[in-house]
Amino acid sequence: MSDKERLYLVRSSDPTPGFLSSCGSDKTTKRAGTILPLVLEDVSYWVGDKALLSDVDLKIEQNTPTLILGPNGAGKTLLLRICHGLLKPTTGSVKWCNPDIARTASAQTMVFQRPIMLRRSVRKNIEYAMKVCGIDPRARPHQLEEALAVSGLERLSERRATLLSGGEQQRLALARCVAINPQVLFLDEPTSHLDPSATRKIESMISAMCEAGIQIVMVTHDLGQAERLSDRIIFMVGGKVIETTPSSEFFARPRSVEARAFIRGDLLW
Amino acid sequence: MSSFSSSFSTALELVITANPDLVEIVLLSLQVSLSAVLIAAVIGMPLGALIAVRKFPGRAIVVTLLNSLMGLPPVVLGLVVYLMLSRAGPLGEFGLLFTPEAMVIAQTLLVLPIIVALTRQTLVDLHQYYDEQFRSFRLTKKRSVQTLIWEGRYSLLTALLAGFGRASAEVGAVMIVGGNINHVTRVMTTTIAMETSKGDFSLALALGIILVSLVIVINSLVSLIQSMEKVA
Repeated sequence: MSDKERLYLVRSSDPTPGFLSSCGSDKTTKRAGTILPLVLEDVSYWVGDKALLSDVDLKIEQNTPTLILGPNGAGKTLLLRICHGLLKPTTGSVKWCNPDIARTASAQTMVFQRPIMLRRSVRKNIEYAMKVCGIDPRARPHQLEEALAVSGLERLSERRATLLSGGEQQRLALARCVAINPQVLFLDEPTSHLDPSATRKIESMISAMCEAGIQIVMVTHDLGQAERLSDRIIFMVGGKVIETTPSSEFFARPRSVEARAFIRGDLLW
Repeated sequence: MSSFSSSFSTALELVITANPDLVEIVLLSLQVSLSAVLIAAVIGMPLGALIAVRKFPGRAIVVTLLNSLMGLPPVVLGLVVYLMLSRAGPLGEFGLLFTPEAMVIAQTLLVLPIIVALTRQTLVDLHQYYDEQFRSFRLTKKRSVQTLIWEGRYSLLTALLAGFGRASAEVGAVMIVGGNINHVTRVMTTTIAMETSKGDFSLALALGIILVSLVIVINSLVSLIQSMEKVA
């Protein structure tokens, strides 16, 4: 973890009002009006006569970095989108603890596999995100500087976002989240197109955000990444949740045949 | 040949000396076309944006109709506007026929489908790209449209210039609804047509030089805007 990220964590426990005061470094810190747990009951998603998700029951708790793991076509991204509210399930329910708060943009946000950038500078991309997410205008300058520092994009702050490299764009996407400071952050394979160095930087930012109290729910099919970042694994195959276990247990003693095969690198079908 | 060269030299002289008649015609042309484009932009851009981001029954038909109207013959439009504004027409009581206002109305209707269709096309592509991010930010439709228009500003400026090019170069509609009345509704294109039919080419050529220059300027601006967009 870099010095800037450590600084972010140290400041995160600063009791002064504003962005960072709600972002406790203690992982047990409870926020007022928390939107977690998120409970999915009997969720299915059908396209025509094909079930892409079947009978998913799930509970996402606070302070438990959760990774959704599984082979291609398992329905991981679909599940993430349903959790975030981008898609409505065909059947079943998605229940947040405080639905009214959960519906606000500052409560939960998402980083996509390919970062989506506005055609303006790095700084203005972050400012736009804070504005539309309703961040207090007085807190914005400070949170902007913090986001730039954590992402290591200070020197590139006036550069057009569309001219950044893939890794820098993904760091900017995460920087927007740092500035918004959501309760829950959904990440859809944020490092799938990145080289090892850029991946390490992104993972480092994600770890810093976890430590700062942001609940991470992330999709990946990278086993190493899952082991490094998660406390809990949701393992999916063919639109079904096969197992939900603490990550240490998942990697040491996978319960299902599919999980054992996936960890070995076998083809699942 | 000597007639052409003498007409051309007289035309150049008219342009260089800023002949008052010539200036009056050019200014009226710009006033009419710019007003038409401005009105069409105010109506057309939000309309195009709305069609781009809203789903409604018959949207495909509306889009096909809009694309078809982009190629609407100006004389047909002129005829329709003439019938609407003539004494017996539904808007006859306003007495707008053979006024610059009638020409603005005709050109607005001519340019409107171009601006709506190009705005829609630009914003549809952008909307596809930004849709999930905007929904993740929980943006309202209004805020989405505002952001899309700002993000697509270079392409939209190109659409406006395309509209202005179409308006300033057309002759059929303004001839019918304006009547080509000297010092009242005489614009560049109608003057060129009239002077040519009279066999007096000097003024026609002078206006032709200005019109072609205008087209070159518009195309240069479009190229400039496109290069700015690439950098952005």
